[in-house]
Amino acid sequence: MRSQTLNRWLDNRNVLGLLFMLPAAAILLVFLTYPLGLGVWLGFTDAKVGRGGGWIGLENYQWLWEDSVFRLSIFNTFLYTVVASVIKFVLGLWLALLLNRHLPFKSFLRAIVLLPFIVPTVLSAIAFWWIYDAQFSVLSWTLVKMGLIDEYINFLGEPNLARASTIAANVWRGVPFVAICLLAGLQTISPALYEAAAIDGATPWQQFRNITLPMLSPIIAVVMTFSVLFTFTDFQLIWVLTRGGPINATHLMATLSFQRAIPGGALGEGAAIATAMIPFLLAAILFSYFGLQRRKWQQGGADK
Amino acid sequence: MASVSLKQVRKSFGHTEVVHGVDVSIDDGEFVVLVGPSGCGKSTLLRMIAGLEEITDGEIYIGDRLVNAIAPKQRDIAMVFQNYALYPHMTVFDNMAFSMKLAGRSKREQRERVDEAARILGLEEYLERFPRQLSGGQRQRVAMGRAIVRKPQVFLFDEPLSNLDAKLRVQMRTEIRELHQRLKTTSVYVTHDQIEAMTMADKIVVMNGGHVEQIGSPLDLYDYPANLFVAGFIGSPAMNFLHGSLVTTTSGRAVRLAPDCTLAAGPTEEPDGRKVVLGVRPEHLVINGPAAAGVEAEVIVTEPTGADTQVFCRMAGREVAAISRERHLFAPTTRIRLDVMEGKACLFDPETGQRL
Amino acid sequence: MAEKEQREGMHYLESLPRRWVTVYIPLLLFLFVLLFPFYWMGLTAFKPDAELLSSGGNPFWVMEPTLEHFRKLFIDTSYPEWMWNTVIISVVSTFVSLAASVFAAYAIERLRFKGSRQLGLAIFLAYLVPPSILFIPLATMVFQLGMFDSRWALILTYPTFLIPFCTWLLMGYFRSIPFELEECALIDGATRWQILTRIVLPLAVPGLISAGIFAFTLSWNEFIYALTFISASENKTVPVGVITELVEGDVYHWGSLMAGALVGSLPVAVMYSFFVEYYVAGMTGAVKE
Repeated sequence: MRSQTLNRWLDNRNVLGLLFMLPAAAILLVFLTYPLGLGVWLGFTDAKVGRGGGWIGLENYQWLWEDSVFRLSIFNTFLYTVVASVIKFVLGLWLALLLNRHLPFKSFLRAIVLLPFIVPTVLSAIAFWWIYDAQFSVLSWTLVKMGLIDEYINFLGEPNLARASTIAANVWRGVPFVAICLLAGLQTISPALYEAAAIDGATPWQQFRNITLPMLSPIIAVVMTFSVLFTFTDFQLIWVLTRGGPINATHLMATLSFQRAIPGGALGEGAAIATAMIPFLLAAILFSYFGLQRRKWQQGGADK
Repeated sequence: MASVSLKQVRKSFGHTEVVHGVDVSIDDGEFVVLVGPSGCGKSTLLRMIAGLEEITDGEIYIGDRLVNAIAPKQRDIAMVFQNYALYPHMTVFDNMAFSMKLAGRSKREQRERVDEAARILGLEEYLERFPRQLSGGQRQRVAMGRAIVRKPQVFLFDEPLSNLDAKLRVQMRTEIRELHQRLKTTSVYVTHDQIEAMTMADKIVVMNGGHVEQIGSPLDLYDYPANLFVAGFIGSPAMNFLHGSLVTTTSGRAVRLAPDCTLAAGPTEEPDGRKVVLGVRPEHLVINGPAAAGVEAEVIVTEPTGADTQVFCRMAGREVAAISRERHLFAPTTRIRLDVMEGKACLFDPETGQRL
Repeated sequence: MAEKEQREGMHYLESLPRRWVTVYIPLLLFLFVLLFPFYWMGLTAFKPDAELLSSGGNPFWVMEPTLEHFRKLFIDTSYPEWMWNTVIISVVSTFVSLAASVFAAYAIERLRFKGSRQLGLAIFLAYLVPPSILFIPLATMVFQLGMFDSRWALILTYPTFLIPFCTWLLMGYFRSIPFELEECALIDGATRWQILTRIVLPLAVPGLISAGIFAFTLSWNEFIYALTFISASENKTVPVGVITELVEGDVYHWGSLMAGALVGSLPVAVMYSFFVEYYVAGMTGAVKE
């Protein structure tokens, strides 16, 4: 009798739902939601490593606002995100279109292309570090041999070069992700649409403009949101390649936050920098969310 | 085996009521078809009998047992789904034996019952295959086999043939019917296809907008439709509806469609001048040459099917269809005359739609 | 069932030279750029120091391949321990996350209890929270809980990004299983638990594999938490160990660094080569909707 009541109880969706949600919810509440709040709170304190901090209100933010390095890091973050995302989108879409063609070894090619995304970022960043080395760079060696330059380039030693080099490495890692996701989107477009367009007399460019792009736009919005988020909060690549140098030229908000908080010991200040990233992230999410809404409406809400 | 009875059954999703007080009683061993256009509530009704949807109000009995609060597994029913719902990761044997496994039946009993069902359905060779290795018709048979092995009180079918191509559909229709004659299990069958309903049912329940429009044997429904909806829904091509008013002519009562254009209506008590809808099935319209009796009509299109010929024409400003056994080959705009076979006309009230 | 007719489409209209210019050459360039760093990594790992540091000769080939860098890596450093740590942490956190995610995803997608839609959205938002804004508060928590410099610090924090990812992915898989299968099982007499274990899970195996290997890769590649929460050399993971321990001052042991990067990439690369389709399904599945 008791087991029967227990069984009925377990067949109730609300009870069972709650039970099933418990492990995931517990972990996420303790290690995600709580720290998220704690991080915001820490931003208002003068906590140091090994010592809890007291409430100091907006002092961290005031201090940061006048800190030229922090401002520079905001500029760098935006530059890095915008330039890298745009290039990733253009190259990724191009690569996706190439891979969507009638090709031999199609799935093999697709597998190879994704490799840079799979390998640990830190480890591939080390390869880039070596490629960008001031004395032994293979890039410089090739350019010298081709007679294009006279002396080795100090890729990571000069501010703008360092920015370009880190962006290039980020693009290298991000293009496969964008390309493979967009390729998946391309494969869902019915060939009949292109056949109809071809019979209607559309040129390849017109087909791209009037079929491919509109059909692909929902997935573009999602993929680029992810791409922007990952780029904006990037830490590993910069930390390995430049640690924010030379003269803070490549410091992103994430790397600056780490440097101030962990080696520098100023947890409160680091948390404030990290918290300052949240509004930008929210803006990016909302932007793509509303972008998506409009798309669904455009396509009669039928896109899945 | 058992009877099924539905008493004032209602279903609401949120604030919208989709089934408005349905009463149906199904006798033991009867094959009942619920038919109606999509969204008429027939599937919801079936799912309430199965226990997959809660009954908002009213009562459902299977045998003598009130099943409103009883879980599907305890209702002693089996259901065949539109997409068959075969478990893709199990062989045909395991699919059919799954319910017995859950119930803890012995391996021997499982084997015996599955073998028996497989023999009935001609599935012996396929027991070790997976659903994906079967054709549509075979999958359909497995789904039925899964229902048979349980020896349930009631079979429920939810549009089981709509995923098959036309030829297989006709074949499976016969097979299901044969199976029923053999097992005599009470069956409730949902479909939107009136031909399936006509050919398979002992009793048809026509539903529309959450109401039952009419319950009766197939031919009763065909010959004596209770209202315009049933008259229009049953039969293909559909019954012709012609608006007009009653008059008395030298040859009896008739309906005047236009100033000098009347069609025989057969005997009726209704007074002259009453507005009515005259319903005539296409095969009850006689096609005559231009000089004969009847109302003049102009041919729009002629469609020979081989067995008979469908003629679509315009009569008194309305399109009507006629079917003839003769192989007419009228060119468009040919003038012909149409007449109603004696005693084959139905009259409906244009306001309420009810038969007069 | 009607057989699908073979189609080749309109590509007969394109001449071969044109295809070379518009398709093959750009594709080869892409492949070259995407793969070159791996070639370079591999080549450097086998190059003796003398060749590495000489400016003469052809840098694109190795004259006298050596295993010296690998020997140094495995004998002189704690590399084997880092490997072991990474394996343990990745495997455990993957299994924990997968288990929690299966239940959560099934509950949200199929039980449809009160508030499940909102929870689904919350899971998606959790997926968007980046580690770089969580590592500071997590560091203080890890310290207070006494887990600093232990594997537990990582095993317990990795699920913060693994669970949202896996749950989101599995929700998509569960959604693709027809409701009728579950209803049919209900009529067949199965309980909710039996439906989950005997119908839903066997059918979601591809999704479980996708989620599992993706979660494993994400944990293997994780850097910022491992860098922050671990300090003793023997407790480090591969990415952190390579970058912090193999660099001594200004002397870069390029050979060993590259060997470390190569060996550290190998497990995920090998797994990837076996499960490419699942990877692609996982990645694109997580992005859809």
